[in-house]
Amino acid sequence: MNDDKIKIKVRNYGFYYGTVKVLSDVNMDIQENAITSIIGPSGCGKTTFLRTFNRMNELLPNTRVEGEIIIDGIDIYKDNIDVVDLRKRIGMVFQRPNPFPKTIYENIIYGPRLHRKYTKKQLGSIVESSLKRAALWDEVKHKLNTNALDLSGGQQQRLCIARVLAVNPEIILMDEPASALDPISTQKIEDLMDELKENYTIIIVTHNMQQAARVSQKAAFLLTESTGEPATLIEYDDTNKIFTNPRDKRTEDYITGRFG
Amino acid sequence: MARLKTRLRDIKSFIIYRFVFLNGIISIIVLGLILAFLIANSIRFFLSYPILEFLTGQKWSPTVLEKFGFLPLLTGSLLVTFGAIVIAIPLGIGSAIYIGELAPRAVREILKPIIEVLATIPSVVIGFIGIKLLAPIIKDLFNLSIGLTALAGSVMLAFMSLPTIISISEDAINAVPNRYRHASVALGATKWETTYRTVIPSASSGIAAAVMLGLGRIVGETMTVLMITGNSPRIVFSWLQPVRTITATIAAEMGETVQGGLHYSSLFAIGLILFLITFLINFISDRFINKIRES
Repeated sequence: MNDDKIKIKVRNYGFYYGTVKVLSDVNMDIQENAITSIIGPSGCGKTTFLRTFNRMNELLPNTRVEGEIIIDGIDIYKDNIDVVDLRKRIGMVFQRPNPFPKTIYENIIYGPRLHRKYTKKQLGSIVESSLKRAALWDEVKHKLNTNALDLSGGQQQRLCIARVLAVNPEIILMDEPASALDPISTQKIEDLMDELKENYTIIIVTHNMQQAARVSQKAAFLLTESTGEPATLIEYDDTNKIFTNPRDKRTEDYITGRFG
Repeated sequence: MARLKTRLRDIKSFIIYRFVFLNGIISIIVLGLILAFLIANSIRFFLSYPILEFLTGQKWSPTVLEKFGFLPLLTGSLLVTFGAIVIAIPLGIGSAIYIGELAPRAVREILKPIIEVLATIPSVVIGFIGIKLLAPIIKDLFNLSIGLTALAGSVMLAFMSLPTIISISEDAINAVPNRYRHASVALGATKWETTYRTVIPSASSGIAAAVMLGLGRIVGETMTVLMITGNSPRIVFSWLQPVRTITATIAAEMGETVQGGLHYSSLFAIGLILFLITFLINFISDRFINKIRES
């Protein structure tokens, strides 16, 4: 594993909803093939920040970005960027499992089929390998044609991860992927993330301190210091360091549970 | 004293319960009576006129030839209805997709009420528009001697059913949860791919129900077709010919029949068939609507 390769550079990043600035002056380098967690109290803009990387915030009216988000040397907010292609490279797993109301098989092939034509055989092997990588294959291999909504919540979330893997992204964004799940399913998702980081760059937003400490190598702490002010990046460092020996008093207060 | 109060309350709830129950049951009884009325009045016709000749007869000439062939009316109704569906379905679903998915919020909020108001235009007014505006255009366009044709009926009926189809389809599209759209967009789908591959399939049973309800309106409509389809009960297979539908036949001829006569009861007989057709359509659309509610 290449420890020091930087996949994403965030430079002077800020974000506006209408005229309200919610994030300000974020600068950080995100490592390739590692898990970076974004932590912070509710409403501090963690999800907004995450959705910056695949430009999903653009689905909302009146939003504006300042600064640069540079992925592999290219600013993704430049005018000539193909957003569809960008989202193909950067998969997203949502807070609540959101499989399509289609069969398991159709859920997996949805993404690949958007981007090019495949033979039936190729699709079959995409389905198998994606489900295997998401550690779901053994549980569903005999019922690929049942409706995905019949699966349990934890299985649905792993299906959503498999659906993302099927597109072969480079980066996977996860927005509190285990917050709606039971402890056993959470454990499975966390084990899965650990395996996936060998091949993917993962950014995870989480509410759960222990989870951030368990799964991530780097951690970023966002905080809105007073209401009405935009949130800023308080501290960004190795996860170990953040949780054992934070530089900033506010980080320490947050991770020891004094607020948030 | 307290006991009296509970007793009064019991009586009150008993009365309210009975009243609501009665209201519900009355509508069912009335529906049953309508059916019984249709059957009772048409039974004379079925007893005295050979049913095979009625169903396969190619001439509807109740007064001159005393022939009661149902086929010309059926083909008339089918031509007008089929034409209306062919026009209304793509237009209706297309508009619903535009309003529900693509239009900016401001446009949507103006368009939807306007379209719903269109549903309240009386059919006789639609008939006027058909006679005065549409029929001359059809006449000139296709070089016909008369513009009052099946096509005129189809176009105006399509126009009448559009508000129903658009409004209910749009509701179905709106009811598709945003998380499906987000999942699709995040996988790299464009707006159109998301609409086409996720939103429409998810809303399909609602859209189907909308089409069925629109169809119900088309099949049962009388006044407009009476005014603009030319009133000619002949078997034709062209939209550019005058036809006459089942509904228009009843409306046009009921006034000139002898009450209790064969002609009189024949109109009830075709009314009964029409009732069965619309009942079937509503029954099927209800199944679709129930399917949406379950999911």
